Amino acid sequence: MIHLPFTLLVEKRTEEVPRWLPAATSVGSVVLAFVVSGIVLAFIGANPLQVYGFFARATFGSWAAFSDTLVKATPLILVGLACSVAFKMKLWNIGAEGQFYIGAFFASLVVLVPLLPTDGPPWLMIPAMMGMGMLGGALWGFLPGLLKARFQVNEIITTLMLNYVAVLWNNFWIFDRWSDAGFQMTPTFGRNSWLPRLSDYAREYPVFSGLTLHLGVFFGLFAAAAVWWILQRSRWGYEIRLIGDNPQAARYAGISIARNVIWVMMLSGALAGLAGMAEISGVVHRLQERISPGYGFTGIIVAWLAKLHPLGVILVSILFGALIVASREVQPSGIAQMIQGFVLFALISSDVLLRYKIRLVRAAPQPAGHPGEFA
Amino acid sequence: MNLEVILHAGLATGTILLFASIGEILAERSGVLNLGVEGMLLLGAMAGFSVSLATGNPWLGIGAAMLAAGLLSLAHAVVTVSFQADQVVSGLSLTFLGTGLALVLGNGLTGQNAALLPNFDLAGLAALPLIGPVFFMNHSPIVYLGYLFAPLVWFYIEKTRPGMHLRAVGEKPVAADTMGVNVYALRYGYVFVGGCLAGLAGATISLSVSPGWYSAQTTSGQGWIAIGLVIFAQWNPLRAALGAFLFGALRRALLDLQGPSTLLGFTNPLFINSNFGFFLQMVPYLLTILALVIGSRAAMRKRLGAPAALGEPYIRGERGL
Repeated sequence: MIHLPFTLLVEKRTEEVPRWLPAATSVGSVVLAFVVSGIVLAFIGANPLQVYGFFARATFGSWAAFSDTLVKATPLILVGLACSVAFKMKLWNIGAEGQFYIGAFFASLVVLVPLLPTDGPPWLMIPAMMGMGMLGGALWGFLPGLLKARFQVNEIITTLMLNYVAVLWNNFWIFDRWSDAGFQMTPTFGRNSWLPRLSDYAREYPVFSGLTLHLGVFFGLFAAAAVWWILQRSRWGYEIRLIGDNPQAARYAGISIARNVIWVMMLSGALAGLAGMAEISGVVHRLQERISPGYGFTGIIVAWLAKLHPLGVILVSILFGALIVASREVQPSGIAQMIQGFVLFALISSDVLLRYKIRLVRAAPQPAGHPGEFA
Repeated sequence: MNLEVILHAGLATGTILLFASIGEILAERSGVLNLGVEGMLLLGAMAGFSVSLATGNPWLGIGAAMLAAGLLSLAHAVVTVSFQADQVVSGLSLTFLGTGLALVLGNGLTGQNAALLPNFDLAGLAALPLIGPVFFMNHSPIVYLGYLFAPLVWFYIEKTRPGMHLRAVGEKPVAADTMGVNVYALRYGYVFVGGCLAGLAGATISLSVSPGWYSAQTTSGQGWIAIGLVIFAQWNPLRAALGAFLFGALRRALLDLQGPSTLLGFTNPLFINSNFGFFLQMVPYLLTILALVIGSRAAMRKRLGAPAALGEPYIRGERGL
């Protein structure tokens, strides 16, 4: 046994966690993740400082770059909110990716079936697409919600399996029924179903030229406010939080967990579906393969990093949007995913700081503890 | 389409699910849910393939895969057993981390040819009528290992003393602790073993079943199917093996149905258009959901299933479970 002059004393927190600490652990986790990822990058022979410098320029270096970052942040905000709502109830909706795809599919129905006349006015087309997108996502959330409520089927696996089903479902329509002259994409939608972009106003305001930011970002901001209100101010939100914190107490209070499981899954799905709609109506303007580079999964990390707080979701989404923009331009392609994995790991490990106080004290003869024992 | 071919291929691909799900069963029986199987599988597939490529020895690849995935799983053990963090979130991050690491470190492996595991006949048994050609002919050694492994693990869990300790730690850690069983050490150990087995399963993909490195498509969600299988099998290794082989055979049958080939001597009536294959590809995922519904209903009816302490961190001297 080596005797160090200092020893690490770990004791349970008895007092309130300082208000700044949760946010500090989030920031610290991001920093730590970049450091560790830098070591991996150095290991495979890249210069991490160069890579990160490139990242910074490609994402915040100019108005055009920043606009691209916000465009990528838009679906992340919506999906991050979708995950936050569900996770608040300890309902593990890992299916935002599939709900995103089905939302995009349903929104496309408006244009491609077509459900509305192809020359319909934008004020009709866009709300219809929004409604359909949310409906599709809600439906894709309803299925696992029903199975969970009715048969106690683990929602993690069902939502995940439905992700694969959703992608295959979209592929059938893209490759077969709606294929544009044999290409693996549908024809481009008419301009009346495009979300307005800043560059559309470049004639009046030349500064906007080339900026791709579209109206969808306001969907995200509005949804964040709505989710905040639901969770913090409404009776429903109170039920969601109570079920998440203490299902036993919720049951005694006469709250139906089964009903809430279904409704929360649908709300969560609707938010992810709206993200899918915003992406095809605001960015790609048609339905095609790989409309999401894993937004649904990144949303999980976004929600967690934001500590399930809607305002935090917006800030974290911008950071992760930047990560997506940057990683499009570098090889190997897994860098963003690796950094995300490290961020999440550092973050959940740091939770221990919220529950325990760790202090350096002058060596006091402490009995050797059990590995892993903190009490 | 030929029944013998389908069953034969089913055993080969089912072996992947067999090892991955039995590894998960061991971790879960000790009380630790590890949702990181997909990440461990992918890291194992990458490590196995790249080491075999570098050394020319597939067995070194298998060893490296088991070590890599085992080490990755230790991250989950530290976070959930020592730091008592939420097992669901930690498992998910393990999947992200494993996938990300595998994609970054596996950069440039696509299109390479590594030394693969040899296929061989089991002399004697291969001569058996009907069974021989399906079970004992032209398989990789991992498949034969799987036949022995499932019953051995079942025996270990249900009939031996260390197996009893494993169950005690997963069902009632407080009682196990009083008996003098080291709850923390056992949980660390079984999470690690589970990780090693996932690594073995991953290397089986890249060095035998579908040789090569195809980034995230290498595993295409089989880690998640393995987790679903654990629930379907109600944490029983023998049922898991059976489910794994059935799933494997089904995957192969679906592959055959997608083409305009003949079906049992007739032209395939299910072949309308090659794009209908997308619907057939959904079947394994939908069946996993169905298997879960069946497994969950049986668990509800018989009041058995998940280890009682699954997902609960053990904190000595606090609330007893």
